[in-house]
Amino acid sequence: MIPPAFDYHAPRSVGEALSLLGTLGSDAKLLAGGHSLLPMMKLRFAQPAHLIDLNRIPALRGIREEGGDIVIGAMTVENELIASPLLRARLPLLAEAAKLIADPQVRNRGTIGGDLAHGDPANDHPALAIALDATLVLEGPRGQRGVKADSFFVGTYATALADDEILVAIRVPALPAGTGWAYEKLKRKTGDWATAAAAVVLRQGAGKVTHARIALTNVGATALRAADAEKALLGQPLSDATIAAAAKAARAVADPAADLRGDVAYKTAMAGQMVQRAIRAAAARCA
Amino acid sequence: MAKKLISVKVNGRVHEKAVEPRTLLVHFLREELNLTGAHIGCETSHCGACTVDVDGQSVKGCTHLAVQCDGSEVLTVEGLASLAKDGGALHAVQEGFYKEHGLQCGFCTPGMLIRAYRFLQENPNPSEAEIRAGMAGNLCRCTGYQNIVKAVQYAAAKLQQTEKVNA
Repeated sequence: MIPPAFDYHAPRSVGEALSLLGTLGSDAKLLAGGHSLLPMMKLRFAQPAHLIDLNRIPALRGIREEGGDIVIGAMTVENELIASPLLRARLPLLAEAAKLIADPQVRNRGTIGGDLAHGDPANDHPALAIALDATLVLEGPRGQRGVKADSFFVGTYATALADDEILVAIRVPALPAGTGWAYEKLKRKTGDWATAAAAVVLRQGAGKVTHARIALTNVGATALRAADAEKALLGQPLSDATIAAAAKAARAVADPAADLRGDVAYKTAMAGQMVQRAIRAAAARCA
Repeated sequence: MAKKLISVKVNGRVHEKAVEPRTLLVHFLREELNLTGAHIGCETSHCGACTVDVDGQSVKGCTHLAVQCDGSEVLTVEGLASLAKDGGALHAVQEGFYKEHGLQCGFCTPGMLIRAYRFLQENPNPSEAEIRAGMAGNLCRCTGYQNIVKAVQYAAAKLQQTEKVNA
């Protein structure tokens, strides 16, 4: 319950935050919503000497449209994703899936950027970002660079974010009209992390699948893109057989850790089930 | 680890205090301000017994630093009765929990009340399913939640009635 002592900094701009990060180095951690970092500090898993609070930087908040992309400030909290008319219209998968994350209080503090930057395979945004082909905008002393969600997650709690960089925004192509989507999450109770979950984005034309993105939550060291499951659908009509083939391909990439949520066999089987359900739910939304 | 001077308005009254950065909001409220209504039921941010209202949002006071509240407005259960819209002794959510037997030991109740207070502003006319989801960040060991649902429904009806009378 009692976190170790640290010094606190509350910069008012990204530039100021970057310069603090540069000065303080690896002794410092960025404080966003604080609903992963503070819990780890309260259990003394993490003991940073400095916290750099990003909550007073307005440029890191808000949801806007730029060209065909939706740009979401990294410090946008989960409940803002749910309430956003822009997301509900252009990226309904994000607005709906955010309801499955944690609970109302946590969603008032936890941010989309923090959920992604934490790099926890149990978090939901990593797979959602992969399914939506999001680009993570990272800002460092040398300027900004974009990293595709697909290659951002490199290990458990490890991402492409460098020590001197801040995740400033998430850029997501708006879903074209008629796109189907779904996030199926198996959990022990409301507010828990997934035993297994699957995010699917699907488009169909002339009775065949023309676009498929499938990503898995909490069945590997990172969120996983199930590329072979996508291939099992592309160019095919959706049928019990093609959906079963996609689920089989998804199970093949699953490599879950056994814990209180279940053993390897159970989680792998549930990953397949979630993929099947998500494909069917996404297909029902295709137009 | 220098202390930081913060100015925070709690239940309408401004407090200026020097706080250690690592001080959790719930400890600040309970130990510095002696507002001991908010409780601590866990160390993993699940139970919601520490829920307070910070700048118009339900927040778990155990997962927020006091130093982050500089310039903020905080409402705790002790400030709730003064917000009764009908000038009564209790706010509608307090009355609802009382009338509908929405508490037994009372340990979760301050967090439940503060969450219900905010939830009914977010959704003034909720369905039972919406109440259960809207209160999902608050655990209770005594009631089985059933009477808490009724308490929130009671408060929703009363708040709407008061609104009509005032309109």
